[in-house]
Amino acid sequence: MSVGRRWIVAAAAGFVVALLLPRLGVPTFYVSLLTQTWIFAIVAMSLDLLVGFTGLVNFSQAALFGVGAYAVAIGATRFHVTAFVPVMALGIVCAMVTAAIFGLVALRSEGVGFIIITIALNEIVWGLAYQWVSVSGGDNGITGIVRPHVGPFDVSENTGYYYVCLLSFAICLVLLLVLVRSPFGLVLKGVRETPRRMRALGYNVWLYRYLAMTISGGFAGVAGVLFAWYNQFVGPVALSLDQSTQILIIVILGGIGTLYGQVFGALVVVFLSNELSAVTQRWEMVLGVIYFAVVMYAPGGLVVLVPRLWNRLLGRRTPVTAEES
Amino acid sequence: MTLRQAQDDMALRQAQDDKVCLRLDGVSKRFGSLSVLDDVSITIRTGERCGIIGPNGAGKSTLFNIIAGELPLSRGSVRFLGNDVTRVSAHTRARRGMARTFQTTTLFPRLTVIENLVLALQAHSAERFTMLVPRSRYRARDHEARALLERVGLGPRADALVDALGYGEKRQIEILLALAQRPKLLLLDEPTAGLAPSDASLVTEMLKREHAGLTMVLIEHDMGVVFDVVERLTVLHYGRVVADGPVEAIRADANVQEIYLGGKV
Repeated sequence: MSVGRRWIVAAAAGFVVALLLPRLGVPTFYVSLLTQTWIFAIVAMSLDLLVGFTGLVNFSQAALFGVGAYAVAIGATRFHVTAFVPVMALGIVCAMVTAAIFGLVALRSEGVGFIIITIALNEIVWGLAYQWVSVSGGDNGITGIVRPHVGPFDVSENTGYYYVCLLSFAICLVLLLVLVRSPFGLVLKGVRETPRRMRALGYNVWLYRYLAMTISGGFAGVAGVLFAWYNQFVGPVALSLDQSTQILIIVILGGIGTLYGQVFGALVVVFLSNELSAVTQRWEMVLGVIYFAVVMYAPGGLVVLVPRLWNRLLGRRTPVTAEES
Repeated sequence: MTLRQAQDDMALRQAQDDKVCLRLDGVSKRFGSLSVLDDVSITIRTGERCGIIGPNGAGKSTLFNIIAGELPLSRGSVRFLGNDVTRVSAHTRARRGMARTFQTTTLFPRLTVIENLVLALQAHSAERFTMLVPRSRYRARDHEARALLERVGLGPRADALVDALGYGEKRQIEILLALAQRPKLLLLDEPTAGLAPSDASLVTEMLKREHAGLTMVLIEHDMGVVFDVVERLTVLHYGRVVADGPVEAIRADANVQEIYLGGKV
């Protein structure tokens, strides 16, 4: 079986398992954690489009995620926009517009300068959410968000909502995989590799980075909308700098430039943060150790490590791949 | 000046512009108090192959970066194909027909050879903005890229990562990318830098064989390559043009031998 076909089979099998999980007697608590996993996988993939494919390390992804979430909350509580499609559209548009504005500011610079500007932008949006109490509810956030009906389906309970998030994740993954395999995707990789040569070839490097940031913002918005419905609450923590860092950790843990790897990264982070935090407040130290180990010993991410461990279990040797060398 | 004279004058300029590919007028570049280029004026006619030589630090690479639009200039103007491009961005100049190579290999190391070439080939086509159609639908592009590779004998390396290529192969791809842009002006920055003589002659052959009528500006240290490829030489010394003329005349110029060639050749 060719490598490509093996991946398709593995992905299809994974999807079927994911579909069946809630029906297999998995406790509601874990269904809920898995729901969170899909949401964080979406926002991590949106960041991977920038980090892994365009070469932009963006620390303002949580702000875009949060803008999507606040759009739901403010739309629902003030304007009574609650149906699935209009809310989703509103969240995506708000996040994309924010990303487009961020792009205008941050892309005046590159490298470390870009990173620092995105950190500042994230802090500004966080500050707005925290202090503009009349709009955002300040530290108390906004409560009273109700999960919508999707067509004829009532998804207000956990199992139904699990499917909404799983399908959203699948759609986002397919869209992003097509995007990075398109001629435009190749241009992004060129920009990631060698912007100078891209300019010499006649590509407007700035424009491609800008488009990538805006598109990425749209996907972060999807995740934000789903997150607001998931918690039925939005607070400033959703768009804190910590959140941005965590999204980046998911990307690195999962495997930069793989997209589907973000599922593994999100699984680890979501389950650790929930399971371990019940045992100890210092769960982030454990996450830190895992993060360190992955970066040191499997820089390609869990997506490289998991098959390798699997093969070792079966007593097979794996050839060293390009990502590891 | 009468109207008639003005019209004649314009027509004359127009006629000259038609034959002129690149015109530098009084180009100067300062980095702080350091003057790197001082009042450089060079005119390159369409179809001409011109070499720029000069010792290290003469300002050759800076001049290239100014022509290509990567560096702003302090004074003077650059005209390309009859248009003032002094304030035009590097990528726009490339789209109007300028292509360049780099002294240090500047490719896309983690992409395959084919992908490198496709990036050059699709640079001017609308498909570069196509987002929702996979690249596998654009077979014609890949064939075009493969054909280019076959012509220089790199066909078998098509699917290798550029990172995995030998240095000589990378230098060939470096030039191939620029040629794939179908340029009207080709700027070559030391194409044979760091190559063994056998590989260097491979590159020289490639330059002579490909596109006989292509306008070309070449920076080079290897005099063998220079004398082999170009017909005209401009000598830079401390940021000034000290000699400009047919290769044979420059070769015989005592002043040039003194400052650059270090005595008789």
